[in-house]
Amino acid sequence: MTVMEQRGAYRPSPPPAWQPRMDPAPLLPDAEPYRVLGTEAAAKADPDLLRRLHAQLVRGRRYNTQATALTKQGRLAVYPSSAGQEACQVAAALALEERDWLFPSYRDTLAVVARGVDPVEALTLLRGDWHSGYDPHAHRVAPLSTPLATQLPHAVGLAHAARLKGDDVVALALVGDGGTSEGDFHEALNFAAVWQAPVVFLVQNNGFAISVPLAKQTAAPSLAHKAVGYGMPGRLVDGNDAAAVHEVLSAAVRHARAGGGPTLVEAVTYRVDAHTNADDATRYRGDAEVAAWRAHDPIELLEAELTARGLIDEAAIAAARQDAEDMAASLRERMNQDPELNPMDLFDHVYAQTTAQLREQRALLQAELDAEQEHHGEQEGGAR
Amino acid sequence: MTTVAVKPATMAQALTRALRDAMAADPTVHVMGEDVGTLGGVFRVTDGLAKEFGEDRCTDTPLAEAGILGTAVGMAMYGLRPVVEMQFDAFAYPAFEQLISHVSRMRNRTRGRMPLPITVRVPYGGGIGGVEHHSDSSEAYYMATPGLHVVTPATVADAYGLLRRAIASDDPVVFLEPKRLYWSKDSWNPEHPTDVEPIGRAVVRRAGRSATLVTYGPSLPVCLEAAEAAQAEGWDLEVVDLRSLVPFDDETVCAAVRRTGRAVVVHESTGFGGPGGEIAARITERCFHHLEAPVLRVAGFDLPYPPPMLERHHLPGVDRILDAVARLQWEAES
Repeated sequence: MTVMEQRGAYRPSPPPAWQPRMDPAPLLPDAEPYRVLGTEAAAKADPDLLRRLHAQLVRGRRYNTQATALTKQGRLAVYPSSAGQEACQVAAALALEERDWLFPSYRDTLAVVARGVDPVEALTLLRGDWHSGYDPHAHRVAPLSTPLATQLPHAVGLAHAARLKGDDVVALALVGDGGTSEGDFHEALNFAAVWQAPVVFLVQNNGFAISVPLAKQTAAPSLAHKAVGYGMPGRLVDGNDAAAVHEVLSAAVRHARAGGGPTLVEAVTYRVDAHTNADDATRYRGDAEVAAWRAHDPIELLEAELTARGLIDEAAIAAARQDAEDMAASLRERMNQDPELNPMDLFDHVYAQTTAQLREQRALLQAELDAEQEHHGEQEGGAR
Repeated sequence: MTTVAVKPATMAQALTRALRDAMAADPTVHVMGEDVGTLGGVFRVTDGLAKEFGEDRCTDTPLAEAGILGTAVGMAMYGLRPVVEMQFDAFAYPAFEQLISHVSRMRNRTRGRMPLPITVRVPYGGGIGGVEHHSDSSEAYYMATPGLHVVTPATVADAYGLLRRAIASDDPVVFLEPKRLYWSKDSWNPEHPTDVEPIGRAVVRRAGRSATLVTYGPSLPVCLEAAEAAQAEGWDLEVVDLRSLVPFDDETVCAAVRRTGRAVVVHESTGFGGPGGEIAARITERCFHHLEAPVLRVAGFDLPYPPPMLERHHLPGVDRILDAVARLQWEAES
């Protein structure tokens, strides 16, 4: 006889107070990625915005090719190209107001540059100079984060702090498809939803975490579906459609600014280059797949739309390309100059006030440098 | 003259007072963690703060240590001074990546442009009969990470004073609270909290001539007790309370060791790869010609923290310290 079968032994507990809090349906993403270009929605898009997106896309593509070339010349230690993903990066930067914050990961240099950071300073980390070349407060761009998804809780905390202070600041955090498997992704989304923090998460689903395809990364229907489990809306968008990404992100930013809480946006895109210059992408994917995505190129999609609507002509396209060439030439020239590094800087920013131990070590390095200098001096003297 | 009887406060109460005074003095100070609000923390250290300052200033967070510390990073980026609580020593491990990859190095990475004034409160150590994952001494992990201050009070006055200084620091501070001293009391006057020596200074708690015990946190009372017991053997032991493991006060420690010529480092944490190895090496490098005997370590055994019914065999006690001191004598005579 089980407990359940004993007469009087089992007393049903009082009904639980817990109830589902909401109908999940409004939080669920659309079945298909949202598109603007080539649809009726394009007619409603602001022509100036489309032209700005176009110019930034062209610049971004050139930045990617120039930075990749700089790795071949040994000027950059490594460069994770975002070729193919330019629409996500540009839209991320243009969807924000000046007072908002961007939290990029290591592949998001284009978004950082589109936000106004000096193109050289955006590459400082990858050049092996200093870890962050720019002042995060100057452009409200957090340092490029190398550990995956760890910048997401920072975005939540900053947005939360801003709201506590009464500022209508929004934080936009960028992460890749691989990053959504990390624990910090979960914790950040959960905190954001519980606190109703004004933060927007943009997953750039570029198909691969180095070599691991999305099918081996997650069993979710889409990455945008993950939002519903946290109690926030999930939105699925064509990541190569700059107008669509901009529209969806702008709506999410407005929603957050108005006190509506966080949104998770998944932009479906593709990394047409390898993970970095050090990666061999032919080991894990075929040419046909890459070719198919090249045919869905974000720049060509937007150019076709602008041309069809008579919003851009050959001269304007040429002007955008020239602007990108000028940027690349300047980047190339400045990156080909050796950075001036002072080894003594190593000790200056470990603590607000340096410790006795670091003072000793600083003195040791200074003595080594002095000896080196003296040695060089003697050699030069001997040669004369 | 009339004397007003002052009810002595416990270390936990002194910590509460420090948090309250810091929050009252600076509106950017925010307390956050699991159970810190309505409950007042499992050790009641945050008792009453949510009621007094509101839930926005003393926040019950979701149960997620990486999330707690990670969001604190963002809050500090926006100008707040978060004080986060990691409920127990071993519960802090999920937050290690945030601590090591971001908190400790954000100032350095940004060349001073983005300091993170975060205080991470970690109740640590054993001796309270806690089950597994409730008694670890993790200080060596924190010490090995440049960019962090690592502080641990052993007296009620230091609990108050060091926590105030940690919260006021522009650098991230791992504030290790010896949980078996939470209910200890000493002569600290809660009516007039006074300032203490700054972070980075060690203090001689007992002067002596025979040998120096170098210790911190939960082992300080044990060392003081050992010093009293040693008198019967004719040994006059000096006891140095480090108070701060990073920055390390070589000056005070070495002056003390030079006076006595003998040193024993005492802590609960494991000996192998533990703080004592670093401390002994520093003493040896600086005081070799003053030493009458090798620097010895009395530490926890090199094993995962034992179950509570066996922890008394693991924790350094008075007898083990006195045995080490006896070995110092023998080494000196041979």
